[in-house]
Amino acid sequence: MIEQRTKLIHAFGALADLGQEVANKNNFQETIRTSLHLISGSLAIMRGGVARYSRYGHELNMLAVRGLGDDFPLSLSLCLEDERQFLANGLNPIETEHAKVLPFFQVYDRSFDSRRIELFVPLVIRDEIVGAVFLGEKATGEPYTSYEKEIICAMGRHIGVAISQRNLMAEIERHAEENRKLFDDLRTTYNDTVKAFAAAIDCKDKYTEGHSVRVGRYSEIIAAELDWSADQVEGAATAGYLHDVGKLTVERKIINAPYRINAKESAELNKHPAVGFEILQPIHHPYTDVPLAAKYHHERLDGRGYPDGLYDREIPYIAKVVNLADSFDAMTTDRPYKARRPAGEVIEDLRRNAGKQFAPELVTAFLRGMLKELTGETKDKRFRRMLGREYMEAEGIVPTLRNTLNEMRPTTPLTYIASDQP
Amino acid sequence: MITENGAETAFLAADDKAVVLAGDYLNKLSGEAIERECKTKLESGVKELVVDFSQTEIINSIGISILLGVIDTAANSGAKVVFADLNEESAELFEMLGLTKHVTMA
Ligand SMILES: [Fe+2]
Ligand SMILES: [Fe+2]
Repeated sequence: MIEQRTKLIHAFGALADLGQEVANKNNFQETIRTSLHLISGSLAIMRGGVARYSRYGHELNMLAVRGLGDDFPLSLSLCLEDERQFLANGLNPIETEHAKVLPFFQVYDRSFDSRRIELFVPLVIRDEIVGAVFLGEKATGEPYTSYEKEIICAMGRHIGVAISQRNLMAEIERHAEENRKLFDDLRTTYNDTVKAFAAAIDCKDKYTEGHSVRVGRYSEIIAAELDWSADQVEGAATAGYLHDVGKLTVERKIINAPYRINAKESAELNKHPAVGFEILQPIHHPYTDVPLAAKYHHERLDGRGYPDGLYDREIPYIAKVVNLADSFDAMTTDRPYKARRPAGEVIEDLRRNAGKQFAPELVTAFLRGMLKELTGETKDKRFRRMLGREYMEAEGIVPTLRNTLNEMRPTTPLTYIASDQP
Repeated sequence: MITENGAETAFLAADDKAVVLAGDYLNKLSGEAIERECKTKLESGVKELVVDFSQTEIINSIGISILLGVIDTAANSGAKVVFADLNEESAELFEMLGLTKHVTMA
């Protein structure tokens, strides 16, 4: 009696450890190996193995083995009849000696015999076979008692649950992976469409070829410099690519006019932000308010912009980003009536207009991005590629950028107070 | 026999006997290292494996499983296993579980 109790305490300790092991989010392989040790050790079983069932391959694949030797198969297949019988049997130890009518035990008879596998436990969890436990003879050489079989059942259930959870996790991960791929595809499609649109917009305006694409890139640089998330940086680029989409409806001869356009023509051209908004609004844009960027990209901090003459805080932030990118491109590309200005002058212009047209912290962000490229701090060559090497590497640009950035630090207050203006 | 570890091999060749210290890491997965060590010794021709429990206080199920592994490997290579310095409590448990049938107690 006392002997029974000591044995029981020993086995119970193993069961508790097993529960703990399964509950811990350890490495799955280690959990299974530990489980096998705990079963073998609790009842002093000489040999054994734990397998996981593959529903698709209809086979038991060994996850952990102890003392089964090199000849024991690592993968054992089940036929439909075996499956049916095991499901009916449930999670209870089967004595291999008395189960030889089943195909499974006939096929693997030699392997089981040579390693003296006495018990086979199908791990049936929620009416599904998730694995199996193979157990050899006990160190005592005695047959398994019903009390020991019960302990094996309880431990088997723990292992079965661990495998079942693992399967579920794998399933969830697979679905997540599929969704992510689908999402990536959609995202690529969206971005390609945006770029195609930008190219279409730029086609209309032969003097400012590539304008939309460049504004997209500059907006991206500003957003990245502001430490926005990858999604938001992408959104800023999109807003830049599409800001002039309203120009698609403006007559070609106005856009391409080789002279300064008159008031009537100017009024026509100035409709493009509102038209752009109309075009973009019905489309869902994932990361940023692209329609608002189009609508307000000609607004200025001091309220002198169009179409609504909004002041600083009334202007959506993304529109301020695009406005800076847009103005920079206008200053740095030749127009039919006006050649582009040297980079140094442009930088000075941006500084002077910080707080008037542009948000100062956007100007510093943009100039910082430019400086980083020119000093080689970043591997980017975007400015040089878009504006040409000689233009960007003209003498004195780097010191000008450094001085300007020093002067502007700390940044002028964010908010422009309209009432202070004359 | 001349191998990389000349001294030890000479000792083993003379004695056919190796001593393995069970320590207190027998009760964890890391205890599998003991099993591997024993296997290496047996493969190099050891005929008597002494497991020294002088520094082992308690032995849990993982420990038992690992010792069973050692016993099984030894049996396969026809070697003898000796358990030395086992405390009373563990000895009792080993007796009950049938481990003592496979080893010599010292
Ligand atoms: Fe515009
Ligand atoms: Fe523009």
